[in-house]
Amino acid sequence: MAEAKLAEKPVAATGAEVLTVKDLQAWYGESHILHGINFNVKAGEVVTLLGRNGAGKTTTLKSIMGVIGKRSGSIRFDNKEIIRSTSDKIARLGIAFCPEERGIFSSLDVRENLLLPPVVRPGGLPLDQIFTLFPNLKERLTSQGTKLSGGEQQMLAIARILRTGARFLMLDEPTEGLAPVIIQQIGHTIARLKSQGFTILLVEQNFRFASTVADRYYIVEHGKVIDGFANSELSANMDKLHTYLGV
Amino acid sequence: MQALYAQLLVGLINGSFYALLSLGLAVIFGMLNIINFAHGALYMMGAFVAYFLLNLGGINYWWALIIAPVVVGVFGMILERTMLQWLAGLDHLYGLLLTFGIALIVQGVFQNYFGSSGLPYSIPDQLKGGVNLGFMFLPIYRGWVVIFSLVVCLATWFLIEKTQLGAYLRAATENPTLVRAFGINVPRMITLTYGLGVGLAALAGVLSAPINQVRPLMGADLIIVVFAVVVIGGMGSIMGSIITGFALGVIEGLTKYFYPEASNTVVFVLMVVVLLVKPTGLTGRAA
Repeated sequence: MAEAKLAEKPVAATGAEVLTVKDLQAWYGESHILHGINFNVKAGEVVTLLGRNGAGKTTTLKSIMGVIGKRSGSIRFDNKEIIRSTSDKIARLGIAFCPEERGIFSSLDVRENLLLPPVVRPGGLPLDQIFTLFPNLKERLTSQGTKLSGGEQQMLAIARILRTGARFLMLDEPTEGLAPVIIQQIGHTIARLKSQGFTILLVEQNFRFASTVADRYYIVEHGKVIDGFANSELSANMDKLHTYLGV
Repeated sequence: MQALYAQLLVGLINGSFYALLSLGLAVIFGMLNIINFAHGALYMMGAFVAYFLLNLGGINYWWALIIAPVVVGVFGMILERTMLQWLAGLDHLYGLLLTFGIALIVQGVFQNYFGSSGLPYSIPDQLKGGVNLGFMFLPIYRGWVVIFSLVVCLATWFLIEKTQLGAYLRAATENPTLVRAFGINVPRMITLTYGLGVGLAALAGVLSAPINQVRPLMGADLIIVVFAVVVIGGMGSIMGSIITGFALGVIEGLTKYFYPEASNTVVFVLMVVVLLVKPTGLTGRAA
């Protein structure tokens, strides 16, 4: 019952910081990508990292997930330091990751893809709720994962991490390359997840889309967070934003 | 005709060993990206474990079928933890050279103590004798090897293609980083996969002991043909390696009957043809 209550908990952020990133630096081999990232995410929020291509947004998500070999600084999740943890341990703390390339497995059918991520804690969405959110998937359960359309693959990539009980979702450019109607559906999904109490860290190039779902923004440039503001301060920051993003 | 059936049976027996060995190689290659040249030596170790169990411990064939794969599987997992794991991400050549070296060392040690001649291992009492099928005489032990191998191959196929554990395995073969980021301990899974693959080799070794005797170089002779089988079948597919294994055994058997001079080379001729026509192998997926 406690889980069900949690799931129906209404919108607003409770104020407690779930994720605190301090002076995060990361390297791909010899190249130094992140030069000291600082930001935080509070419970129940949708926070969006904005920035140009190559600014370090994806690397930030991957560093939090523990899939970047060399990283330093501090990442605290639920008051635990995870900068030295391996990615399987981090996932078991309740962080789920939906990668930019979606990561649908071609040797698995849709059902196997959906059931692949193990349940890490109770309180995940049951399958029937997932099929309400993404009715297309139910029709395609026996198809090869990569035979789905781009939009369906994105839905599958989001759907499979909702089952696991993780309450902190990291979505890397979920709208990239998708048709407007599907982008809208993903927007609705994110809004719905937020209303169910999920905390979401989003990376987006599509600023219009981000502005429909985000509570707060951070601007990433050259591997650093250079600015941040709430959605309510958006109009006041529009000019700055245009300069940052070059749009 | 009798001689044809006899050669077909020999072909099926050899095919059983090819299938069990190439299946293990395919699973290991998928997960570890290593061309396991130690496979023949581990097959030989399986036969020797059965021999030791019987002669030193009085433990019979049936127990050996269980114990030998476990013992050799654990030995394989130790190899993986102490050596192979450090090769992750490197070129195939490193894994090939390391496992080839391991094979030479293991075979050398056994040769040092047991020479090159075969040690006898007798057929268990329950499987002695034969039955007359009307068209041919079938030694029971040989029939058992074919059927048991087939069952083990199909069970392995089922495990990998139809279970949740198999789904983890297939997914980790494609994208280990992401599977780990879902909370699965992929390094442990890799170790267990290597254990499973070499366990299958050891099982083939036990099955082979009563037929081919127990010799330090029994695996070295076989493994070259098995690699040709793997090349023909294609590395990627589980069912492909099973079917190719049995099929090539039969083709070899038929060649022994119709044109014995070519029986030792037919597999390699086929390999060349397949490589020219379809370099990824008959069932292999493009890399």
